[in-house]
Amino acid sequence: MESRTTSRRTFLSLSMGVPLGAALAACGTSGPAPSGGGAASGGAAGGGGAKASYWFLSGPPGEAPRTAAVQRFNKANPNGQIDITAIQNDAYKTKIKTAIGAGQAPTIIWGWGGGGLRSYVQAGQVEDLTSWFGENAAVKDRLFPGAFGAATIDNKIYAMPCETVQPIVLFYNKKVFEQVGVQPPQSYGDILDLVKKFNAKGIAPFSLGGQSRWTNMMWLEFLFDRIGGSEVFQAVFDGEKDAWNNPASIEALTKMQELIKANGFIKGFSSITADSNADQALLYTGKAAMMLHGSWSYGIQQAQGGDFVASGGLGWMNFPPVDGGKGDPSDTVGNPGQYLSISSKATPEQKEIAKKFFATGVLDDAEQKEWVGTGGVPIVKGSDSLFTGSKDAEFLNFIYGVASNAKVFAQSWDQALSPTAAEVLLDNIAKLFQLSISPQQFATNMNAVIGK
Amino acid sequence: MSATTAGRTPSAVAPEARGGGVLPWLALPALLAFVAFAVLPLIGVLLLSFTSWDTLGQIKLTGLESWRSVLTDPGLPHALWVTFLITALSWAFQTPASILIGVFLAGRQRYRELLAVLYFIPLLLSSAAIAITYKALLDPNFGLGAGLHIDLLTQDWLGEPGLALGVVVFVVSWQFIPFHSLLYQGGVRQVPRSLYEAAELDGAGRVRMFFSITLPQLKYTIITSSTLMIVGSLTFFDLIFVLTEGGPGDATRALALDMYKRGFQANLMGAACVIGVILVLVGLALALLLRRLGGRDPNASQLEGA
Repeated sequence: MESRTTSRRTFLSLSMGVPLGAALAACGTSGPAPSGGGAASGGAAGGGGAKASYWFLSGPPGEAPRTAAVQRFNKANPNGQIDITAIQNDAYKTKIKTAIGAGQAPTIIWGWGGGGLRSYVQAGQVEDLTSWFGENAAVKDRLFPGAFGAATIDNKIYAMPCETVQPIVLFYNKKVFEQVGVQPPQSYGDILDLVKKFNAKGIAPFSLGGQSRWTNMMWLEFLFDRIGGSEVFQAVFDGEKDAWNNPASIEALTKMQELIKANGFIKGFSSITADSNADQALLYTGKAAMMLHGSWSYGIQQAQGGDFVASGGLGWMNFPPVDGGKGDPSDTVGNPGQYLSISSKATPEQKEIAKKFFATGVLDDAEQKEWVGTGGVPIVKGSDSLFTGSKDAEFLNFIYGVASNAKVFAQSWDQALSPTAAEVLLDNIAKLFQLSISPQQFATNMNAVIGK
Repeated sequence: MSATTAGRTPSAVAPEARGGGVLPWLALPALLAFVAFAVLPLIGVLLLSFTSWDTLGQIKLTGLESWRSVLTDPGLPHALWVTFLITALSWAFQTPASILIGVFLAGRQRYRELLAVLYFIPLLLSSAAIAITYKALLDPNFGLGAGLHIDLLTQDWLGEPGLALGVVVFVVSWQFIPFHSLLYQGGVRQVPRSLYEAAELDGAGRVRMFFSITLPQLKYTIITSSTLMIVGSLTFFDLIFVLTEGGPGDATRALALDMYKRGFQANLMGAACVIGVILVLVGLALALLLRRLGGRDPNASQLEGA
């Protein structure tokens, strides 16, 4: 009798303990690591060789070409396979940081280069690829030289540039321009005139997904460049004291608020998000006449805008010069490329697989064609030869021209700065667009985080 | 903990141990879970608040550095104020609404039971789904107002600071009123019929009965529900994050959202942990205060004859 109660009690506490233990164990291994997360996995997966892991962004347009490139590589290399995990954009940003911090990073780390890469480098989490690129000059020389800027930290290369170049473009709705009887702007002065004309017709001059904050930032990036030249932000990036107090910076910030006060942007822009593509919908539905957005928006408008793009409704141009400004009108900003780094925590075998993938898999001819098919321009010199016959040839040639002719191709500010400074930047940009802080307050707030 | 219990059982009074010896052990799983998932992380947060950590590199001990940077940041009083506003407004909106709906649903008519099921639906939806739905409905260009051409609804709901805060309070309330109604429904059904019968004999009307019997009898339900509301809205995060991301500007940036942004977007884990500690302290203080308001012994029965 006595022992029976005990055993039941033990059973009870055991049964309660087991799920708890399982839950704790699950916490330990964390993350969505499929199989290649830790060092030793292999085993069941045939072939017997080591396996590298690779996480990247899911969803169109990038997921298909990324997946296909790895599949081709795996077919050609049965002894050195790569496992892939596709993760949604915003979730990826948090997950990859957590995984790297916990020493559970995938072998190949997909990223945007710049400030984020710098924080990995400072933590000693990614491999220095400088000497590898030295030995494999052919891999480096076939890519746009501009793409290496954001992969280089303190004169050392820590990432392999990949995929496509994505400058920010001024898109406009040709049908709306025709209807109102106006021409695309040749200067910032033209933009101010157009704002009045479109507002008079009840059409919003510019669409803007202001809740996403980086959308507002694109405007500042161009105004700063066109007014004061690329050196204004470069000074911030280099950590010069009070760099935001530059007169050109204050002038750009003031012009920004003037445009907002003149109703340059669609009513309610601060509650529109870019993630839902609502800002782009405003352009292709004709509720707004123009929009400053990344070149990737072309593919989105093509996919979601019905026959808007196909029927020639979409126009595009580089941001026009500001009268009296010092910046070079060929300058552009955006993503000079995407970046692949190798985790320093990976095993030597995994690192070898990754390097082989960089040399033979990344941006092979088939992948380049697939990117072109999505409306992207691969960062490979001469990739414009692939555009002939494409229904998007006109746009692709424009992007290729912008990217290869730009005197300065600056990286987006939020990617170039450290995550800490970028968050303060985006926060203050949102307030600037709310008109709740003045240009000088903006500069003061931003000066406080220079070099952080 | 387990050692003391185990050591006490044999030496403690034998007759009592026969029946009660098992009982302390039954608390063990809950206690273990509480220690593992609440106490230990809390200690971790407290320790991290005295460090600087960017989630990637080494954790550096920096003493009061994070505390100083958070406490001198004008963003903190603002976030506290926003949190207070959301808490106070949603309490002021939810409590009367929940009491009224709860009292209504306490009736045993068939149609009221049907309505009770319908009222309960918002509670079954996830906060993120609710937020995305409301965001789409309130979109100034493609939302309900623009679609139906109702000018009154075509406001920049999430783009004006005051309106955005109002929307947050409304959506939070819309989601949680069903839950609190359920509490009040249970509370009302516990009120002894004899009180109402006596009041009826004295000639009291419905309104009089509500204010003189129902409301006073619901005192402890009100305290329970208010505690849940107030402590709950302190940590309100998911709905606000999806709905406004703290915007426009920082108009709806509540404390929990501020913590997330500092920790996971700006990579300042030390500062985020400071806010975490502040949240815990404010939450504890409020919970204690509410218990005080509830009188000496809130566990005592209020039922006559019970």
